[in-house]
Amino acid sequence: MAIFLQTLVAGLLKGGLYALIGIGMTLIMGVMGIINLAHGQMMMVAMYIAYVLNTMGVDPYFSLLVAMPTLFLLGVLIQKYLLNPLIKVETILPENQVLMTVGIGMVLTEVVRFIFKSDYKYVTTSYSSATFFLGGISFNVPLTIAFFIAIAFTAAMFWFLIKTDLGRSIRATAQDKDAATLMGINTGRITVVTMGLGAALVAAAGCLLAPVYYIFPDLGGPFTAKAFVITILGGLGSTVGAILGGITLGMAESLGATYLGMEYEDIVGLAIFVAVLLFLPGGFKRLTKV
Amino acid sequence: MKKTPVAAIVAVAALALLPLVLADNYFLHLLILFLIWVIIGSSWNIMAGYTGQVSFGHAAFFGTGAYTAGLFVMHGGFSAWWGMAFGGVAAMLLGLPFGAICFPLRGAYFALASLALNLILMHLATIAERFTGGMQGIMIMPTFVSKVPYYYITLGMAVATLVVVQSIIRSKWGYYFVSIREDQDAAESLGIDTNRYKNVSLAVSAFFTGTAGALYMNYMGFIDPHVVFSLHDYSVMAILVAIVGGVGTIYGPAVGAFIMVGLQELFRSGFFGLFKYLGDRTGSETFTQVMEVVQHAHVLVFGILVVVVILFLPNGIVGDWGKIRKSVFGSKPAA
Repeated sequence: MAIFLQTLVAGLLKGGLYALIGIGMTLIMGVMGIINLAHGQMMMVAMYIAYVLNTMGVDPYFSLLVAMPTLFLLGVLIQKYLLNPLIKVETILPENQVLMTVGIGMVLTEVVRFIFKSDYKYVTTSYSSATFFLGGISFNVPLTIAFFIAIAFTAAMFWFLIKTDLGRSIRATAQDKDAATLMGINTGRITVVTMGLGAALVAAAGCLLAPVYYIFPDLGGPFTAKAFVITILGGLGSTVGAILGGITLGMAESLGATYLGMEYEDIVGLAIFVAVLLFLPGGFKRLTKV
Repeated sequence: MKKTPVAAIVAVAALALLPLVLADNYFLHLLILFLIWVIIGSSWNIMAGYTGQVSFGHAAFFGTGAYTAGLFVMHGGFSAWWGMAFGGVAAMLLGLPFGAICFPLRGAYFALASLALNLILMHLATIAERFTGGMQGIMIMPTFVSKVPYYYITLGMAVATLVVVQSIIRSKWGYYFVSIREDQDAAESLGIDTNRYKNVSLAVSAFFTGTAGALYMNYMGFIDPHVVFSLHDYSVMAILVAIVGGVGTIYGPAVGAFIMVGLQELFRSGFFGLFKYLGDRTGSETFTQVMEVVQHAHVLVFGILVVVVILFLPNGIVGDWGKIRKSVFGSKPAA
């Protein structure tokens, strides 16, 4: 029983971070209608920013303040100069934008490999492996902090989407792009802002993960895979769904790692993916309706 | 419809005669890789380019074909050539239930599911050590010492693939495929069973990719999960081959395969040994360093190539040939 609870707690903490990754992805999905296959790679870039700052003695949590604006800018530039021009081009495949994100992901990975080589880097902090106990269950300190920061970001994101003008414009664009344009929303600008926000959120996840994870250029791919599993699980374009999806994936991975064996950790997410396609196409969005 | 262009016939004839004049193993190896990519690229193209169902996980079919051949040897000690007969069928059997699940869903599902299928198979092949040999992979002894027989087999298969793709595209099926790509609702309202024809195109595509996988196993003699189920080396490369050459054109993937295999080798070998040569001649360290950088840069170059091709040549070299000719030779009328 203790092991079970411990596993659940570990999964929940990880799930908070996954939710943060998933929200960025689902926002982009909702507004632009494309899957961003460079999402994990953006996170990887943020983790390297945290690493570089850490070598200069900056705490990874403070590197959030640098990594998030940097990635916001990166997202804005990508959307403005690489993705938006494609909308106007007449092509055979509508998926050109998705293919473009694959290319961008490759470029990001290889540029980072170029600069930092392929070996594993660690962000070392005094509390990287610190734990505290609550009712016999151990909580990893950095993961717990990460979980609460992730919740704070998620809440802030909701406030932003529901209360502010810009947030409302984003939601309007996601619901019906043509209608939003007719209501005077500059949807081109909204896509740019959304990509920036998505990138900034995944950057936050990257910095929060940095103290407990090893950093290497190819880490983007697996996290992109996790991000799309979360989005499918939650329902494409649903923010509430992304949170539920993130936590479900986190829990499922931990349970899989504990009860099936470590090598099954990655396959669990994919198995869920298949199960969702089979039994609940449309994801949690079908149940929660938001 | 146009007939088979003379250029294609000439190219095949030239390729068929080539080993008689040039029996260099290195070039034959490159040509075999090129022809394998013609097969994979054309198969990807029939499903994505013509039917509009973009697959991000074609390595799933390639790897299934390769493992079918490998498993024939590993369990039961048959010849790996049996894989040529069954690899394509196995890939098709994998594709059909997959298509049946994903095709009724619209939107990004198919693309994501194909990516997931690819990853699932990679993990499964790694975990099921007793059955697949796990990370150690499968090693077989090649049947022929010379590369010439492999070359002709691959050439034959590549030509067969192109002929089949071309005849499908020019048949009623081809028109169904294109109508699904252009407007699924309109196609359905005209009475086309869209799910069925998406599955047909997936089956054809999976079959040829699987056969190419089996051929790869026979030729290379070694596979492991991270080689044949590799996202970068196969799934993404298949997309690249098709989009660089021209999505939705019959000869596009062949042109794309030529360019991509050429580029890959150009970088892998450090501009065919140019830098090494310069380094040896001048005795300077710089060239050796440049060569190391260049050798590691091929994925970066591929990434940049995707970005550039999509931005400036969205229909590929064959698809945008008119545009290229215009900008290179001025706006003279076609000669």
